[in-house]
Amino acid sequence: MRDCQGLEILDLGEFNQANRDYIASLGHRLFHEDLVAGIDQIFGSGDPATTQRHPELAHEFLSQTMQFEPGQFDAILVWDTLHYTARPLLDAVTARLLSLLRSRGHMLALFHADPRAEQVQSYSFRITGPDSLELHSRGVRRPAQLFTNRGIEKLFDRFASIKFYLTRDSLREVLVRK
Amino acid sequence: MSIGFQPGPAIVIHCKQIPKRGDPPQMWNRKKDDEPMPRPTLAPPTAVALAREGIPMNTLPPPRLAEPEAARAASVGKSVVIKGQLYSREDLYIDGEVEGTVDMPESRLTVGPNGKVVAGIKAREIVVVGTIHGNVEVGDKIEIRKDAKLVGDIRTVRLVIEDGAYFKGSIDIQRNEPKAIPAPRPAAPAPPPAQPVVQAAAVGGDKR
Repeated sequence: MRDCQGLEILDLGEFNQANRDYIASLGHRLFHEDLVAGIDQIFGSGDPATTQRHPELAHEFLSQTMQFEPGQFDAILVWDTLHYTARPLLDAVTARLLSLLRSRGHMLALFHADPRAEQVQSYSFRITGPDSLELHSRGVRRPAQLFTNRGIEKLFDRFASIKFYLTRDSLREVLVRK
Repeated sequence: MSIGFQPGPAIVIHCKQIPKRGDPPQMWNRKKDDEPMPRPTLAPPTAVALAREGIPMNTLPPPRLAEPEAARAASVGKSVVIKGQLYSREDLYIDGEVEGTVDMPESRLTVGPNGKVVAGIKAREIVVVGTIHGNVEVGDKIEIRKDAKLVGDIRTVRLVIEDGAYFKGSIDIQRNEPKAIPAPRPAAPAPPPAQPVVQAAAVGGDKR
């Protein structure tokens, strides 16, 4: 991101000034959509494993969410949002993310390390520098599902490469490339 | 209850009647007599009178309190719905509904907490407290306050976002490039001096 200018980057976390300032300071263009807010708006706050199986609501969600040109983005910041999407909607969302990335584009996602937790801390992720990320709590949420390393590999099996990094706060950072 | 003594200057005594237990509830409006009498007001002393008495006084005009933002701007109230093109050369406060286009490139737009604007907007400055659906082009600065909602693409020079604001769309930050100062032109060659009338006359061949 620091080596070139004019990239188009999609941020799917909570909208915040820190990310906007950092990305704009590098000369990139930021697109934003709060995926978790979109999930809450359409499916409500019920059990995601039940509400997201409703086919009409799932169709409505996909028709209103991430409506961009295929191959538009150089990078997508997914953060921890995939925890709150249940299958089969999760597979449709992952396929949409793949289609929105340019060839050799990157996607950053974070996953909780404990795959058995019933409630997880939801965060607002704020980029404060080239090597630093601040995590601000958005409260505790019930995840639609949690992932093992094998589960993450299967989720992104259509991408060209996956790299895992262990971060603080029991999170795994995953960088995938199309 | 009032008691008056006549003749002579009237003395008015106001008494508050204390209701006793078992009294019927008061059903009628207060009598006019029960209303407090307006106090006699003294005219403020004039500057000449004060000066005569040697009392120090300030002759500067009283400081004017800052007016609230909304009071200075033209406003669309929360029960007002406007559909169409809106053009303004003064600041505008929208707390109602506007649908169409809003064009105010030299002024500031504030969308109040009840405001809902479904429009493409061009303004010098925008403060969003309510909701905007539409693309926004801002000459200077846009502020998206807490609990505000903006769905659309933003083109601006500066952007301020409070935590808790909802935004969906793209942000295009325009660089505020300094205006190019035109390079000083090389001094133009001086126009040839006007030829004396005598010479002109000579060129003209007007011989005498």
